[in-house]
This record gives sequence, C-alpha cells and structure tokens, in this order.
Amino acid sequence: MKAGAFAYARASSLAEVFELLEQCGGEAKILAGGQSLIAALNMRLAAPAMLIDINGLADLAGIVASGDTVRIGALTRHRSVERSAEIARHLPLLHQAMPSVAHAAIRNRGTFGGSIAFADPAAELPACSVALDATFRIAGKSGERSVPARQFFKGLYETDIQAGEVLLGGEFRALQPGYRSAFLELARRHGDYAIVGVAAHAKFEGARFSDASLAFFGIGAIPVLAVRATAALEGNPYSPDTVAAVQSAVSMDLEPYASGDLYHAAATKLHLARVLAGRVVRALTAA
Amino acid sequence: MTVNGVSVSRRVEARQHLVDFLREELGLTGSHLGCEHGACGACTVRVNGEIVRGCLMLALQADGASVETIEGLSESGAIADLQRAFHERNALQCGFCTPGMLIAAAELLESRPGATREEIRAHLAGNYCRCTGYQAIVDAVEAAGRERVRRQA
Repeated sequence: MKAGAFAYARASSLAEVFELLEQCGGEAKILAGGQSLIAALNMRLAAPAMLIDINGLADLAGIVASGDTVRIGALTRHRSVERSAEIARHLPLLHQAMPSVAHAAIRNRGTFGGSIAFADPAAELPACSVALDATFRIAGKSGERSVPARQFFKGLYETDIQAGEVLLGGEFRALQPGYRSAFLELARRHGDYAIVGVAAHAKFEGARFSDASLAFFGIGAIPVLAVRATAALEGNPYSPDTVAAVQSAVSMDLEPYASGDLYHAAATKLHLARVLAGRVVRALTAA
Repeated sequence: MTVNGVSVSRRVEARQHLVDFLREELGLTGSHLGCEHGACGACTVRVNGEIVRGCLMLALQADGASVETIEGLSESGAIADLQRAFHERNALQCGFCTPGMLIAAAELLESRPGATREEIRAHLAGNYCRCTGYQAIVDAVEAAGRERVRRQA
C-alpha cells in the first residue's frame, strides 16, 4: 500500500523540532530511521499530518564511553552499535543482541532511539535497556530530564515520552568486573520480531550468581523483569536445581503479563520463556 | 541525488518512497516492490554504499545521496560473477526476489567473501524467495564468494 499525504519538515535544530511539535499539536511524528514508521505509513496504520525529519541533527548520533558510562545517541544507527568496539567491550549484552535486531538492510537505517521510542513489545533494545537498568534522556521545550528504562515503558507502544518531547539517547553503566551478559531469542526467521526472548545480566563469581536481572520480551506489552527468577539465582551455583528453580520462578513472574499474538498462544510463549530461562542461565556461566 | 552515477533532480511528493521514485519517475524497474513494509527485501537498493529497504526510505530522504540499483550494479559488471553463479546454480525461478538477493549478497561478499553458509543465511534472512527454498541461492553466494577468495589468493 501507499502512504497517505503528509507534510514534511527537515529539522536543523532541536529547538526547531520542539517548535514544530508544538505547532502540530500532536499531529506530527518524528522521523528518525523510519524503519517502523514508514512501514506504518505505507500500511496506513499511521496517518500523521507532518513528519519531522531529525536525520540532520548530527549531535544526536554517536557512541561515547567515558569513565563508567556509555552513552548512545538516539540517532545512532543499529549498524553502528553492532560494529562498535566500545559496545562490544563495555556493553556485551547489546553487542550480542544486535544481530537479532531486524535484518542488515534495516539495521543500516534503523536507530537506537527509534527502537526505544517505538517500544515494540517484541523488540530487543528495550529489553536490553531494562536488564541493564539504563537511563533515557528526554528533552522538551522546557528542558531535559532522565527516566530509568525500568519506568520508561508504560504499555503497548506507550512510553514516558510526553507530547512535545524528543528522546535524546540512552546512558548505560559499562560492564563491571565479574559481570556477564547473555542474550537469547526465538523467532521464526532470523531477524524477525521475537516470539519470546530474554536479555540477562548477572555477576558470576566464585561459581555463584548474584545481582542478576532477566528481562523477557515478546511476552507482554512491555519488557518484563523476572524478579522471582533473580531471587532464585541469588547466591546459587549453576546446577540442575538452580535451573529448575529459575524456570518455575519465571513462570510465576511472567504469567500475569503473558498474552498471545497472532501466531502463538500465551501458554506457548510461557513454555518457550521457561526453555529460554534454562538456556540463559547456562549461557551466563559461559559468557 | 545520483542514481547509478547519473545526477538526477526531480520534485517529489513527500509521501513517495524511494522505490516508487526509481520505478515510476526514472523507469528503473529492476527494484521490485513486494510487501511494501520492510519484510520481503525485494526492494533492496544501495544508498551511499549501504543496502537499505527502498520502501522504508522516502525519496526526498535520498536528497544528495548516491543511489545504486540492480541496473547500475549489472551494467558496471561489479556483480557479474555473482549473477553468473545464480544462473549456473538455478538460484532463481520467477526472479522477483533476485535483484534484492543479489544486492544483499553483494554487500556480504564485499566484506566477507569467505562467509560460511550460516553467515550467508543470516545475511540473506531479510530477503524472501518464494520459489527456490533458498538452498540454491546459498549455494550460488557461497560459490561466488569462494571464487573471489581464490582469485585474491
């Protein structure tokens, strides 16, 4: 299908973006990589009055590691994150996840901020951000603010970004000594949205787990932190008992959130989440 | 923008995507439109050297860019070996996906001519073929890659 008509503006500054957003009063959409937005326009699932193209705002793109913090600008292309040596070293969870973010041709244009702001329930980067307890920077006409990833995702395609605001990027804590990451997802075709997936991060020292976080995606409306599973890992070694405890904890954690999609029932997703939970605990020992 | 090395200037509607522009304004019908929402890969073209979904980029976003289509890559001979391998291995039937397959495969072989079958499959995962079952396509890409490695040695 073809997109309906819309006005188009190429913004040359953030101030101009805020101005245009205000003028359009909620009828405008921000165009970054466009890899979800243009698909939605073509299918006429979205029909904004105006697109505000922010691709010219070079300051919003880039990966900067300084001290313990890694910042990823909203306009950073997936391909840049995938190929970044800084990301591979400091944020191995993202490095592992990137090949699963759509396909090569889409990663060439799709952006980090687009993926976060669009908040697809089966997308990889929101879950990785939740697992790593990242913080998102958001700006509006009246200034900047920060929101923890764990409070940012509000519902299906719904985030904490308010009318008139723009996502500037994400801040992550670089991998600390003793910590490991593992990323797994199940999809019908490599690069498609996940049936279910998990982004995991934990300390594994002296052959025991601690301070783990497991964020599941593709199962509910937003990434779900499996808190009982974290408790089941705390202080325990890798063993069949630990795996079994984590798997049953994951079922309890996810059940209230689980909902089916067009192809998979909630029960199927819960089963697959348990399978992935077992695999990811093992992967954390090997990572 | 530059299309296959030729400078092109047109006034376009904001809603026109890049492949409609190439097909309808320039008559370059080698880039195909399948799903028009980024799933099938038939519309794959190169923009500033990188492969993109031509249906997920507005024509006006290619303002000032260098665009290459299957027509340009065919004429330059840059992928003649890959095209020959597709022919020899019967890696196409109806041919609808072939331009996208070739452009995607060409990108992979430029950086990693020795790519394994698994890497080839991962790289081409974004391109649907409804005829061949992919086996022959992977064979062709692998064969063309091996030949490039052999020639470089």
